Amino acid sequence: MNASQLFERVGGVNALPVILMLVALPLIGNFPSWVTLTVAGLAMGMMIFLMASGLSLIFGLMDVLNFGHSAFISFGAFIAASVLAALAAWVGADSVVLNLLALFAAIAAAALFGLAAGWFFERVIITPVYRDHLRQILVTIGALIVAEQILLAIWGGNPIAVPKPAILEGSIFIGDVAIEIYRIFAFLLGLAVFLALYFTLNRTRIGLLIRAGVENREMVESLGFRIDRLFIAVFMVGSTLAATGGAMWAGYQGIISANVGGELMILVFIVVIIGGLGSIEGSLLGALLVGLLGNYVAFLFPKLSLASNMLLMMAVLLWRPYGLRPALKI
Amino acid sequence: MSDRLLRLDDVHADIGQYKILHGVSLGVPEGGVHVLLGRNGAGKTTTLRTIMGLWRARKGAIVFRHHDITAMHTSDIARLGIAYVPENMGIFGGLTVGENMRLATGSDRFDKDRLARIFNLFPAMETFWNKPAWALSGGQKQMLAISRAIVERRELILVDEPTKGLAPAIIRAMIDVFREVARETTILLVEQNFMFASSLGSTVAVIEDGVITYRGAMSELVADTDLQNRLLSLSLNAAH
Repeated sequence: MNASQLFERVGGVNALPVILMLVALPLIGNFPSWVTLTVAGLAMGMMIFLMASGLSLIFGLMDVLNFGHSAFISFGAFIAASVLAALAAWVGADSVVLNLLALFAAIAAAALFGLAAGWFFERVIITPVYRDHLRQILVTIGALIVAEQILLAIWGGNPIAVPKPAILEGSIFIGDVAIEIYRIFAFLLGLAVFLALYFTLNRTRIGLLIRAGVENREMVESLGFRIDRLFIAVFMVGSTLAATGGAMWAGYQGIISANVGGELMILVFIVVIIGGLGSIEGSLLGALLVGLLGNYVAFLFPKLSLASNMLLMMAVLLWRPYGLRPALKI
Repeated sequence: MSDRLLRLDDVHADIGQYKILHGVSLGVPEGGVHVLLGRNGAGKTTTLRTIMGLWRARKGAIVFRHHDITAMHTSDIARLGIAYVPENMGIFGGLTVGENMRLATGSDRFDKDRLARIFNLFPAMETFWNKPAWALSGGQKQMLAISRAIVERRELILVDEPTKGLAPAIIRAMIDVFREVARETTILLVEQNFMFASSLGSTVAVIEDGVITYRGAMSELVADTDLQNRLLSLSLNAAH
């Protein structure tokens, strides 16, 4: 059995996050630190997955290069922060119910914004430039600049603190290992979204249409389906996921500034590229690798932390030019 | 012309700056296989794609059963009962054979009798039902494309060069399949393989430089080698 066969036998690309975890363990040399870094990496990966999965579908299905995606992340973060600030009494209350209500309200507000703004963005900005990548880049960057100015006009240029519901404060201790509750929540929410997307894409007719549309839009229309209506729905879902990811990121960071979306967009693009366009499984895989590698490298080789994800992307593209799990079989 | 299932009147169509169809007029009667022949670049595929609404007619009219479909959306044209099997087969490689078939049903449910008939025509479809379509051979992909077109009752099936790249044995099997399909559905077949086309077609039209230059019974064209040579630069022997 050669190395390639062995790799496929242990799970192929799906096993890469686990392989990365196992490789990191002896390098870190300390089990509690490894667990802390791993949980942080998984939580970060899941939040990036939320932001990247929508963009991947938008790329893959609609062939749209949306550089304005980061605006949904930024607005989601600021809207969630504002809702939590407005519900400060619930956020700090010694009541699990009120804590959860505040949390739900913040995430729901961000998600609703993503839904409505996604519809507006697709109808007004994207529709006139379908099938024209150059104009897509220009108009979406233009729209991003406008959105950033609106954001600055509403919330100002100074960083703002994000109140965290009391229920998500603190850590759980298992022996010597401390795990932040917020990270567990972020991981579980990301996992739930992944499972919902996976179920929708693989077990429903609408998912079947989306997967078919990623491959061949003309043929989907020739079978009697309006792919343009599907486009609107996918764009709205993608924007909603971005805004939700932004909201989660705001709580994770505790303090956010107007360029939060722009900073995350680099990671989001890396995830979409290494995961493979239009693939939810690829996005999850890429996001987990980015999250884990970022945390491990920051601990082991701090000076390399900024470059680590770029190096990861280069390595993956040299190995698999279409990404780890492209939706399209090349 | 009013008894025609499909009628094209003076249809002009462009692809970008190139004018491809220069006034195609064509009638497709109901029932049987009707063949559109022509050399490479003559406008055969453009004619099918324009009927399907994938490219827009700049001028002229396309009428299907009293419905003017010239400016209709492709999905609406499909829902009128027109199926399209493109030259590249249009298979969704990332989907299983079963999923490809499911998408072609309007209601997400299979008619068991039709499915049994398809499995009888193409046993490979049942064998590979849960396999991804990208793993099928070229011939099996063509079978899937045709299966998808007949998984529900259609009024008209537009088929673009189904024999392209297929082995002679599979092409011979396809003749029987198309004969079977044509018992309940009208087929407009674009083909370059004259042996295949002449085995199936009841009528034939020849397109040249975006204009129909000949239309008549297939039997007349088959019987007249000089006419074949003049119109197509091919003969039955040469096509074998």
